[in-house]
Formats: sequence, C-alpha cells, structure tokens
Amino acid sequence: MSILKDAIISQLGADVTFVEGYQHPARTVFCIVPQEKFVDAGKAMKKAYALLAAEWATDETTFGRGYGIFACYRWGYEYLIVKTETTADDPVFPSLTKQFLPAWRFERQIQSLMGVTPLNHPDTRPWIKFEDWPEDAWPLRKSFDASKPMPRVEGEYKWIKAEGEGVYEIPVGPVHAGIIEPGHFRFQAVGEDVLNLEERLGYVHKGIEKMFESLSWDEGYRLAGRVSGDTTVAHSLGYCMALESMAGCNPPERAHWLRALFLERERIANHLGDIGAICNDAAFAFMLYQMMRLRTNHALFGHRFIMDRVVPGGVAVDIDTAGREVILAELDRLSKDFERLVVIYEENPSLEDRVRNTGMLKPKRAREICAVGIVARASGLNLDCRIFNPFPPYDQYDRLELGVPVMITGDVHARTWVRIQEVRESLRIIRWILDNMPGGPISVPLETPSPGKAGFAAVEGWRGEIIYWLQSGPGGEVNRCMVRDPSSVNWLGLERAIHGNIVPDFPLCNKSFNQSYSGHDL
Amino acid sequence: MIRILRQIFRTGIVTEPLPDQLTREIEAVGLKLEAAVRERFRRSITIRQVDAGSCNGCELEIHAINNPIYNCEKYGIHFTASPRFADLLLVTGPVTRNMEIALRRTYVSTPSPKFVVAVGDCACTGGIFGETYASLGGVDKVIPVDARIPGCPPTPLQLMQGLTRLLDEEENKKK
Repeated sequence: MSILKDAIISQLGADVTFVEGYQHPARTVFCIVPQEKFVDAGKAMKKAYALLAAEWATDETTFGRGYGIFACYRWGYEYLIVKTETTADDPVFPSLTKQFLPAWRFERQIQSLMGVTPLNHPDTRPWIKFEDWPEDAWPLRKSFDASKPMPRVEGEYKWIKAEGEGVYEIPVGPVHAGIIEPGHFRFQAVGEDVLNLEERLGYVHKGIEKMFESLSWDEGYRLAGRVSGDTTVAHSLGYCMALESMAGCNPPERAHWLRALFLERERIANHLGDIGAICNDAAFAFMLYQMMRLRTNHALFGHRFIMDRVVPGGVAVDIDTAGREVILAELDRLSKDFERLVVIYEENPSLEDRVRNTGMLKPKRAREICAVGIVARASGLNLDCRIFNPFPPYDQYDRLELGVPVMITGDVHARTWVRIQEVRESLRIIRWILDNMPGGPISVPLETPSPGKAGFAAVEGWRGEIIYWLQSGPGGEVNRCMVRDPSSVNWLGLERAIHGNIVPDFPLCNKSFNQSYSGHDL
Repeated sequence: MIRILRQIFRTGIVTEPLPDQLTREIEAVGLKLEAAVRERFRRSITIRQVDAGSCNGCELEIHAINNPIYNCEKYGIHFTASPRFADLLLVTGPVTRNMEIALRRTYVSTPSPKFVVAVGDCACTGGIFGETYASLGGVDKVIPVDARIPGCPPTPLQLMQGLTRLLDEEENKKK
C-alpha cells in the first residue's frame, strides 16, 4: 500500500501511467502523467500532505524524445516521482510554484540551465545563470559544449525594490567578512528593522551536474564528494547508493555500518563547529574556541574529512581494534567536555537573550518551503531519512532506538538545541556501531548499470536530506545526475526567518541555518 | 560565570593531548613562521581569505589554523574582514565564471605590495573541476599568484608550512 500512489490514482484515474522496472530502488514509485495533468498531480500530492522534495529536468534527445520534467514528492516513508514530457521544439511545462513554494527556485533553475520554460511562473528572472551569460546558454542541454568558455554579454538583474521614507538598502557580498563561501544578500531596512531580504546565489556554480555527464559511473563519487566539502561523506554516499540501486549491487553489511560511522562522525564535527560559531556570532567567543578545540579529528581514516572513503560497492577503508579504541577514548573525552559546555550555554542569560525568539521560522512557514534537516526539525517537522529511508544499521529500529529531536519554536535557539541533542545521539550511535559492527568484507565489485534506467537515493547528511537521482542514457552512459542539497530548499527559510528581526542579528540567523553555497549553486 | 572560569582554567592553554610529534611539528613550523612574520611584516601579517568557487573544504581547514590547537594568531597571523587591510590574499577554489569579477575587484582593493596564495588543488590547477563553461581553472588564470599550497584540502600544518615557504622565499629573493 502506498498513500501517495493511491492519492494520485484517485485524482487522475486513467491519466497516470505507472512504469515498473525503470526507477530504482523499486520502493520509489515512478509514474508518467500528460503535461496538462502535471499540476493536478501536484494538487493531489498537496491534498495528501506530501512535500515537494525536488523538481528537475532532463534532456532526453539522445533517446529520440524531447525533455522530461520530474517532480519528486515525499510523505513519511514514501517517495513518489512524477514525470511529464515536453517536445524539443517547444519546451514548456506547467509551473508548480502556486502549489509548492520551493518549486519557485527549482523551476527558475530549470529555465536557466535547461531552457525549458515553466508556464504561469510568477518570476521569470534567471537563477544561478547570471545576467552576463548569453541568453541561449543552457548548459544542461546535450547540444551545449561545456568545455568552451562563455562570452560575457550586457544584462541586468532586477532586484526587488522597496520605497518610502527612511527605507535604505544594504548589499552584502559576494565576498563576505568571514572565512565563508560567497553569496549576495540584499536587505531593505528602516532603521535597524529588516523589511525584506533577497538572496542571490550562484557565485560558486562550477557546472557540477554537467560534469557528472562527462565522467564514467565509477568516477562520479569523487566529484560528489566535492559538491560540498563539509558534507563529503553524505554526498558521496548519496551518489553511491543511487548508483548501487541502479546496478543491482548490494554492498556487504560491514560496509553499511562503516558508512553510518563516517556519517555520524561528520555530523558531530559539523554540529560542534556550528554550535561554537552560533555562540561566537552572539559575541560569546569562549564557546567558539572551546568547540573548535573539540572539533579536531585526526587522520584515522587517512583523511581529516573522510573524503573519497565511501566508494561505489562499499567503503575504501576499514577500522581495526586499535582504531576502535582510539575512537572510544576520543568519544569519552569529547562527551565529558561537551556536556560541561552545554551547561554553560544553558545558564548564560546574555546568550539566551540573543538566541531566543531570534530568526523564527514558524512551523507553518517551514512546511510551506518544504524545509528539510535541522531547519525542519527546529520548526516542528519530524523529518529524518535515517528513520524514513533507512539503510543498515539504521533499519534496526528496535536495537538502535534512534532519537530524533524536534523543537517547535523555530528560532536560533531551537536550531542550536537540535544540534546539541543530535551530537549526543550521534555519540551514542557511534559507540553502539563500534560495539555491534559485523565482520566481513567492506566492498563488492560494481557492474555498470544497463541503459535507460534511473536510480534514486535520499541520505540524511548533517544539514538534512540529500537527494541524488541518476539516469543512464541509451548507451549505458551517465545521461543525467541530479543533486539536491538540503540548502536548495532551506535557503528559502532564511529569507522568511529574518522578517521582523534587526540587521545586526542577520549573521546570527544565517549561522544558525548555515546552509551550503556550493551545494546549492552546484 | 564560575563555570566559564572553571572551564577556562581546566582547559589551560593547550589541552588537547595531541601526539607529541604533532605538537612538536606545529611548534617548529610555527616558530619559523613567526620569525618570518617578525622580520618581514613587523610582527603581524594580515590575511584576507577569498573563496572564488571552493567546495568549502579548504575553508574548514583555514578555520582550523585559527583554532586553539594550531593557533596561528600567536605567530602574528591575523585574518581580516576587509581586503583593504590585507597583506596577503588566500584564494581557494577554481575561479568560477560567476566569481571572476568579484575576485578581480578584491585583488584591486588590496593595497600593494601584496601576496596572493592559491590554496588547494582547485586553486592551483583547477583540480577536479578543470576548465569549463563555469570554471576558469586555477587562480593564476585571473590574478597573479605568488605561491601555491596544494592538497584536497591541505591540512592545517600544510597551510602553515606553505605560508612559511612563501615568506622564506621572499626573504631569499631580497638577499
């Protein structure tokens, strides 16, 4: 039984075609609807309380077709992908923006990079594609030559304007004050109060999705590991799992457990850094330096970030008894110090004054933007792929008893507190994994996927759900690799959370979201 | 408050029981670096970091040289928020087409004499991203580069060694 499948059948009846054997893993439902029913399918999903997880387009001219438009919906355990097709001569599709807010940017991106026009879209400005790109440069099309540099042309980006007495504008970026990634923020403010914040991203667009198409299947994991350097484990895991599902490859049990171990270490490292940095932005530098002290991890796995250690078919590095002891000793030290610091965080009134009721993303808004990960959990949405889309050992619910913290206030404190509780939980999971890890090989060889198949994976990185969707072309090559970092939807949350706050609190709000620029811009 | 003070005293100056060898290495590199900074920059060098398209991996490691373990501030290295105060630009990532103009402007805003250091494989050669419609390749395709610190990403120690090497070389050139 599938709730989403039933919902779409009851709305569309005979108009929806379910395709078997195309989409992997098989539990991901895949269906095709005619173009005029694409919005109706969205409405059916909305009625069933599903959230839009991603929307993307593919160039299927190599199959002798036009373009495909895909929308992926999520409801609890279920993922449902709806596809519609459009011709190569007149590539258009009906917009979902009025049903689902995140489609706003997904569709601008489809228009900018694939050149397929969303009809009835309220905002036709390009996204990621800058105004100085040639208008007909659509990099994701097969006809586009990605190896040549593009000329610069004249163009102008139309910012949202605010007028009135005392209204002024603050442009920030792309080069920021700290050691962080580039992006542009433009505030309209009166006095200290923010009227509106408009984000402009795309500065670190490196053509990653296009580049995947020029790589072979077994090279892609390295590129995936560099989509967002702080989430290297989760991204390469997403790629590998999508690929393995297509190729019908089952990695050995031990490999899964080691992957979970890497994933939790990555979560702890990043959460500690974030907790420290949030406090630092509230002028509490003590915590930053204490947390940075705890953050360091040494070269146990041959790389400080465990980059390139998750490979298709398994993992590239194992852990022995000595390594296990090292990790356990490290955890003991870390959790003791961490707990002491949490007490200090809780008991500090000046810090509390800054983090409570600041940058509130109300649960209703979080649902509207289909938020994922820590941002969603701090705003009352109980989403976690480790529970809803698990791989071993997370599927052993009764033994692992994974706790997922959910807060409803949606302020800076909630996002910090969710992180604190997740660190505790990850510390516990790592100990449990080390105690119960099965033996055996750590990788199996991978066969090349057959032509005309699609693979899907959703992995809970430390920011939240990461989605990979792969499609093989008619010759068995990579036809499309869609990457959806949690940042693609959560950046929308920051624009909403800042309303009603003062300009000096922006760094604090931004840090509490800490979304990836590189993962968003691709 | 008492808890904060207690934690500070408990932590001391260098708490992490690092392997002795690492501590010695950091110290050795640090002292060299300090000497170079003392000699060439009158005890303090100011760095502006520019991400020209990196994946954020290099940024994490640059953050790490500021942490209490590597603590580069004690050798006279300071990170600034504005290129106008900077002696040195630390540039990461392949230069993306969308960041090219911003990088050039940052370079122009930095007062001369100035150094540019390319950090990470991508900044050195374009790395895995190479030269495409969206990526122009290494930093030297856009602005002159004085030194390169390869690695994906370079470790904090490699970063400090790289800076020492640059300053030493400059010193040798002068002689």
